[in-house]
This record gives sequence, structure tokens and C-alpha cells, in this order.
Amino acid sequence: MNLVVCIKQILDPEIPARDFRVDAAKREAEQGGANLVANIFCENALETALQAREAHGGKLTALALGPEGAEDVLRKALALKADEAALVVNDGASNPDPLFIAQALAAAVRKLGEYDVVLVGREAGDWGAGQTGGLLAEELGVPCISFAESIEPGSAPGTVKVKRQTDAGWELIEAATPLVVTITNHDKNVPRIPKTRDVMQSYRKPLTKWTFTELGIDPASAHAYYEVAELFIPRKESQCEFIEGDTLEAKIDAFAERISSIIRAM
Amino acid sequence: MADVVCCLLAKAGLDRSAQGVLGAGRRLADSLGGKLRAVLVGPSSDALTAGAAAVADTVVVADHPLLAEYQSELYLTALASTCQALSPAAVLLANDTYSQELAPRLAHRLGGSSGGDAVEVSAADGKIRVTRGVYGGKATAVIELKRSPAVVWVRARALAPADAAGRSPGAIEKAPLDLTDDGRMKVVSRHAEAREGVRLEDARVIVSGGRGLGGPEPFKQLQALADVLGAQMAASRAACDAGWVPPSWQVGQTGKKVAPELYLAIAISGASQHIMGIADSKVICAINRDADAPIFKHCRFGLVEDYEKVVGPLREKLSRPT
Repeated sequence: MNLVVCIKQILDPEIPARDFRVDAAKREAEQGGANLVANIFCENALETALQAREAHGGKLTALALGPEGAEDVLRKALALKADEAALVVNDGASNPDPLFIAQALAAAVRKLGEYDVVLVGREAGDWGAGQTGGLLAEELGVPCISFAESIEPGSAPGTVKVKRQTDAGWELIEAATPLVVTITNHDKNVPRIPKTRDVMQSYRKPLTKWTFTELGIDPASAHAYYEVAELFIPRKESQCEFIEGDTLEAKIDAFAERISSIIRAM
Repeated sequence: MADVVCCLLAKAGLDRSAQGVLGAGRRLADSLGGKLRAVLVGPSSDALTAGAAAVADTVVVADHPLLAEYQSELYLTALASTCQALSPAAVLLANDTYSQELAPRLAHRLGGSSGGDAVEVSAADGKIRVTRGVYGGKATAVIELKRSPAVVWVRARALAPADAAGRSPGAIEKAPLDLTDDGRMKVVSRHAEAREGVRLEDARVIVSGGRGLGGPEPFKQLQALADVLGAQMAASRAACDAGWVPPSWQVGQTGKKVAPELYLAIAISGASQHIMGIADSKVICAINRDADAPIFKHCRFGLVEDYEKVVGPLREKLSRPT
């Protein structure tokens, strides 16, 4: 299978709420001392693709859109033995909207050549829009399967079998390639960690870079789909009553009584 | 171009989610001065059709033999052609996985813009705005959708149903659907995780376990506690990623969004992405040995103890009649 994995670099979503600040004027989060990391669902997608390639062969290309520094997430993918990597350099579109991102990624995917499956994370840990996969499929004119956890070759050539999560459980879907698949987390696609030696060596591997101009994309359209009008940190009142007691038993009794009273009132 | 369409997956019936979408749709249509159209895609029941007609000005039944079961490409084609004919200003969907998957693609086909996970949908200067949590719930964003129609999936269960009293029921129409299956995508099999009782999203009491449980075994103790309370079981992403419990138990930004009367979090630290899934709960309480665990910031009351010392005695205490 010929696989393309899209990876987004985001502000570390693990930063504690007390250290989190927003720039209300720019309508963006402040980086402060936090790291930039690969979005977890993109890492799940890369892991899913690595496993599919290990089991069934093929080629794996990592693709990212972001500032020059987003090269880091692609170097990590190369360290995990992605065959190729390409970066669409964002040189002038501040916080581009999901359609712009999908259009730029679609142009890059076309430039990469033939593919069977494009894998993207189900959503990103920053804006969480969850639109890249669906819009990319529409831009490429191919079907899309969302919330998948694994991919393998289908029963006929030119098909894949995809296991995807639903509200009730899961579905097994067989689809003709090419297509877009969005990946969610699962205990089978927890991202592996690259070896230090492989990280060092990844910097010697070639990495293609394209500008928006080279892809025929106009950064002036980066907010034609939507725009963040306001961004703020909601005020939260914390008034947890900690259950006290002289003994553990007394505390458990008091806790149980609070629960019982809520259930009685239902 | 002031009308609002609510797209409901008919198989789910007139559940709390459908009521929330219809309620939000009614209020938005009224504020825009337009009509509310309820589009029911797939095989519909009389109860849903009547329930939708009680709130909407028109009900459009979009059914076809190829829509008997959900398949993304066919459902998308059916919704796109039905919505196109109605020329709405906004299209609202629920937040089940199927609706989430459909929304951005539907927006693309209609030449509109999509926004998701909306806790509020409003109209300002002819543009639809969506309010939602971002950065794992640490911030709130108001997003202006620039193209029309606005296609929005909402936090359906957190939105108030419409007051249908005094309305005369809307007319019921059938959508002319011309569908063909190109055979490019086929659902081979469907599997429901064994779960007794109500769905997690509809549960009134939830007992949930996290990373601090350390493995799958303690979930049995939590299950025994849940049984006494008549509660459903859930888990944090860490517990699901570790494979301790099925992914369908996952609650959070990227799991189920729940809204019970009581949410009991056991050995869950309370990362903001988890809080995003439980924020609509009426009462949150927790058992955690770390008094500084962020979960307590969202709790009405809490117990700072090791869960191992608490869960067994708590179950015994609660199983005794009071």
C-alpha cells in the first residue's frame, strides 16, 4: 500500500490549565515556555501506517503543513522509518482555517503522485475542529472513513479493509482506494518512540519543502471559510467540598450519604 | 435564505439528542426569522416524524432502500441533495460519530462552512457564529462561519428541547432521492460492544475509572459499585489507550460527551480533555489520593483517599437500604 500520513505540529496540549494563556488580540494561545509537539492523533495515524506497512509492505510518506519549525515532526517520522517526508511551508497564513489547510494538503498529495490511503488524525489537540480529513477527501474527490483504528489490504486488489469505531462499538468497512481515513486512538496504535540514533540519522535524510506559491495556493484565502472572532479563557468557580472525618469509615459514610441524597432526588 | 435545517439520523429515533438539535434549530430559525425544516435521513419511525413535526415547520423524510443502514457516502449524497433543494442559512446536526463525520463534507458539497462541538449557535450581521471549547477545553472560541450555509454539529444533549406547546404540527413531505451505490464502500460488519441498560450518553449515573487504577482488574470493583448505583461504566482515555476497557467506554473531548445527574470519577486526574466530555454533568464527584488533582476543581464534593480503601466499603454502605 502507498500511504501518506499528515502530521500537525501543535502547542503541547499537556500544559496545565494554570500555565495556559491566550493572546485575545491575536486570537491564539501563547506558547510561553511550552513545547511544540506532534498532535497525538497524527502520531496514532503514523503508528497505524507503520504497522500496515510492516505487515503488508508499501511506501509511507509523511506530510506536514506549518512553519519551518514543523520540520521537527517530520524528522521524527523519518526516524521512525517513514520513506519520505514533505513540508508545506506556511510562510504567511496566520492560523489558517480548515478548508485552506485541506486545499494545501490536497495540492501536496497530488504533487506526491499516486497514493492508496491518506491518513490524518481525527482532530488536533489545539483547535479540535476535526475537519481536515473530511474536507481533504472532498478536495481530492475520494471517499472518507472516520475514527478508524486499523487498515489492512481488502479482499480484492485496489481495496482496503478499515476497522473504525462507532458510538455503539465498531464497524469493518471495505473500500476502494484511493481514499482518506481519519485515525483515532486505540490500544493497538499507541505511538512508538524513535531511537536516539535514528533521530540523529533522520537529519541526513532528504526532506522536500514546498511553498504555497509552488502549490498554487493563495494565502489570502486562509480565512475564507471561517475565522476565530473571539478567544478567551472561561471563568470557572472551583468549590469542591472535601469530605472530612475522624476515621476512614466516617469519611466513606459521609461520602456515601452525599451520593445517596443525589440519587434519592433524581 | 433565513431557513434552518436540522438533519437527524432517523434510526436513532426521537432521543434526547434529536430533541436538543430540534430545540437549537427552532431557536435559531426564530432568531433569523426563517422556517425550520427537519430532514430525517434513513428509515424513520412514526414517533420521530410526529415529534419533529411538533417542532418544525416542515418535516422532510429522506428515505431510500440504500439508506437502510448508515454508509457515509450514500448518507452524504442524500443529505447534500435534500439540503441543496431547501437553500437554508444553517444546517444543524447532532454530535454522534456519524453526524460528526458528515458535517464538514456536507458543508463542502453545499459550498458552506462547518463548525463543530457547538455549545451555542448564534446569528450576527447575517453570519452564523459557533461557540465551542478549544485547546482541550482550556479556552473558549467564538468562530464566525463565512460561507453559507453554516453546517454545525452541536452538543445536542446539552441543548434545551423546544417548547412545542401551541404550535400546529408541520407538514410532512418526502424528499425525491435519486441514489445509486457506486460500490466503492461497503460496511462488511457492525459490532455493538456488550453494554447492558441505557447508552452512556443517556445514563443518569456514571462511575468512571482512570489511569490511577493501574490495570483492568480494579474495573471489576468499580462495576460492582456501579451495579449498586444502577450506574453505567465509563473510563478516561488513558485507561482505554492501555486496553483495560473497550474504546466505547471513553469519555472526553475525543470520546463520548456525557451529561448524567451524577458522575463519579475514580482515580482520574482530570486532564482538561477529559473534563470536556463531562462538563455537562449536573454533579461531578471524585475519589483520588491526590488532593491537587485537577478533577477536584470541577467537583461538587470529593474524597482524598486511595480508591482501594474506599470502593469496597462504599459499595457495601450504598447497598444497605437507608
